[in-house]
Amino acid sequence: MSATATNTHDEHHDHPEWLAHHFDTPEQQFEAGKFGIWLFLVTEVLFFSGLFCAYIYFRSHHPEMFKNASFLLDTNMGAINTAVLLLSSFTMATAVRMAQTENQKGLILNLWITLACAFGFLVIKFFEYSHKLHVGLKWGDAWSPTPQALSEFNEKLAAAGQPTVEVMPDLHNFFSVYYCMTGLHGIHVVLGIVAIGWVLARAYRGHFNRYYFTAVDATGLYWHLVDLIWIFLFPLMYLIR
Amino acid sequence: METTIDHTADNAQSDGKNYLNQTSGILSWIFTLDHKRIGVMYLVGVTLSLLLGGLFALLVRLQLWSPDGLLVDNSTYNQFFTLHGAVMVFLFVIPGIPGALGNFVLPLMLGAKDVAFPKINLFSFWLWSFGAIFFIVTLATGGLDTGWTFYTPYSVQSSTAVLSATMGAFILGFSSIFTGLNFIVTTHRMRPKGMGWFQMPLFIWGIYATAIIQVLATPVLGITLLMLFVEKQTGLGIFDAAQGGDPVLFQHFFWFYSHPAVYIMILPAMAVISELMATFSRKIIFGYTLVAYSSIAIALFGFLVWGHHMFTSGQSAWAGLVFSTLTFSISIPSAIKVFNWLSTMYKGSVRLDTPMWYALAFLFMFTIGGLTGMFLGSMGADVHLHDTYFVVSHFHYVMVGSIMFAFFGGVHYWWPKMFGVMYNKFSAKLACALIFIGFNTTFFPQFMLGSRGMPRRYASYLPEFTELHQVSTVGAFILGLGVAVAVIGLIWSLFAGKKAPQNPWGGSTMEWETATPPITFNFNETPVTKPIYDHSGLVYNEATGNWDRVEAPSEA
Repeated sequence: MSATATNTHDEHHDHPEWLAHHFDTPEQQFEAGKFGIWLFLVTEVLFFSGLFCAYIYFRSHHPEMFKNASFLLDTNMGAINTAVLLLSSFTMATAVRMAQTENQKGLILNLWITLACAFGFLVIKFFEYSHKLHVGLKWGDAWSPTPQALSEFNEKLAAAGQPTVEVMPDLHNFFSVYYCMTGLHGIHVVLGIVAIGWVLARAYRGHFNRYYFTAVDATGLYWHLVDLIWIFLFPLMYLIR
Repeated sequence: METTIDHTADNAQSDGKNYLNQTSGILSWIFTLDHKRIGVMYLVGVTLSLLLGGLFALLVRLQLWSPDGLLVDNSTYNQFFTLHGAVMVFLFVIPGIPGALGNFVLPLMLGAKDVAFPKINLFSFWLWSFGAIFFIVTLATGGLDTGWTFYTPYSVQSSTAVLSATMGAFILGFSSIFTGLNFIVTTHRMRPKGMGWFQMPLFIWGIYATAIIQVLATPVLGITLLMLFVEKQTGLGIFDAAQGGDPVLFQHFFWFYSHPAVYIMILPAMAVISELMATFSRKIIFGYTLVAYSSIAIALFGFLVWGHHMFTSGQSAWAGLVFSTLTFSISIPSAIKVFNWLSTMYKGSVRLDTPMWYALAFLFMFTIGGLTGMFLGSMGADVHLHDTYFVVSHFHYVMVGSIMFAFFGGVHYWWPKMFGVMYNKFSAKLACALIFIGFNTTFFPQFMLGSRGMPRRYASYLPEFTELHQVSTVGAFILGLGVAVAVIGLIWSLFAGKKAPQNPWGGSTMEWETATPPITFNFNETPVTKPIYDHSGLVYNEATGNWDRVEAPSEA
């Protein structure tokens, strides 16, 4: 933590280039970076917490909406996306390890796989969204289900052994919450792609070594959080009835 | 024998330059990573915001000179008070002390070269500027008439620039989060050798407690404003009762941030006052440990009391009871601070320099602001006083009477260190007196107006309130004059001020050990941690006006 008396600012010869001038030791820099990213993750959790509160509020006030609406979500696509994200978290964790062990090729390969999974998630999500919008399963006052939505709803009800319905029940509150939560999560996936791309570019330039891999580590932690939020969203939206 | 240790030579740069003239040109400021320059840029930004918000305040008070409005129509008046509130809260009170003084002083107090993440610090300043521009765009594109709270359903229906204003507040929120994050990490990881938690100056304790709230509460405001934004754009319906949503949910979300936010505002002010009290009483703060803990206690309790803004919004009586009780409990750590500051002065060697004038004024007004908060925290009285001028007056005693005074006190305290010049003490004290008199003339009558039933935000009022309103308006102009004298006096000193010595006030913390103004990397050598607020080694030198540090006579 402390500066030695000889460590003056005009003489940087004892500072490796990745050590910022205002830190005294690599440990201090690493610890600061690590603490910083964890604090940032705390703010992310709180950012999402507002939407989780909204979820709890609407679920407790309109339980029937949430029960019915979960029939309208595509559980298979949700499950595939869960698997995609879990895989990406694994490769991200591997990438961090590769950076620590200075395995340049392994680092780049794992980052590419993570990036591919992130794009894959968005592609699947795009198909889910576009189908929902196509049949008019929209948020708030844009709610306008088509007859196709009703027939799909009845198929799912029949498959689950439930009685079918004549008129589509009003589920707009659920879809407001659904689009908000999955949309904000999707934005975080996009930001994750930017961050992983940045780390990848730095990896090609050989910026990381066993003493300095903070950027890989931080991006990894962020990516795990994005993954973790989906792990909560998937059962809350698709599975719980 | 006493030997003078001259640190000026130690902490000078070999080329004789300092952080202000190390590099020149506007780009060297815009892209600087130096916490001191970022602090100075914040100081300029928040001061301009203060003047802009103050201008709107004067317009509001002018309009209220006569019962039917003196100047403009009612909807323009609505925009005036909204812009006054929004500019003051989001652009001056919240970022003021942490952004300007915190950035400048915190690393210096830690003997560090910079904050932990200088790039994020600069990014945070850019975000702040960008968010501020959104507010100015709001101004240009037809105002904002929702009040600074953006309550639904009105904010969803209002045709004024709610979108750009919420976007602005959203961006400002992120600026605040990154500043807080930076300060927390800096406090944890950048302390010098020998400085444990309880050898830290109380300014750092206060800024640290503030940063905890910034990091934990601001994201909730972020998501709330984002939801409001989406609701207004797409008809989401989450806050719309007609669609099965709930406008009271918005109030819960809003106050979950915005009540802790009042501690984002007051804790840095208390932090400044602790420094002023210690230096100008030449004593360690009485009950140092308790004052340190009370900052953290205020930060944590602050998260549990948001419901007291909603006693009349239809929450259950039981919820009100719990929130009321918790609200009263938060007065305990606040009172600990006030009593300990008073006890610090007792038998201290009190010097009445300008910063101390501001600190003493703070004590009076914070006490009034705090005690009137108790009326509002008790459910029965609040039903009568809710949304009246009593509330307006209460929070102005805290936000202006306490925070603006602490801000000016802190600016006058660290000004010599920041710019290397002394301001004219007479004009500075005159300004302080004018602000004190003007402030009380403005807001004391508002307590009377409020308890007689004058509702806040109304454009017109019953004729029997006219006299008190006019007294208040006169006060506002005295207050405005005082602020102008203070700002002009400080700016004048940049051109005509005497050169400041290294330690003009006898401060015992590390920022006084570097050169004045500080060199670019703050210290050539990390200073040695001394016992906290130990003034015994400081002796006033009549010839230079400096407090020289002398070595205590050896015990042997």
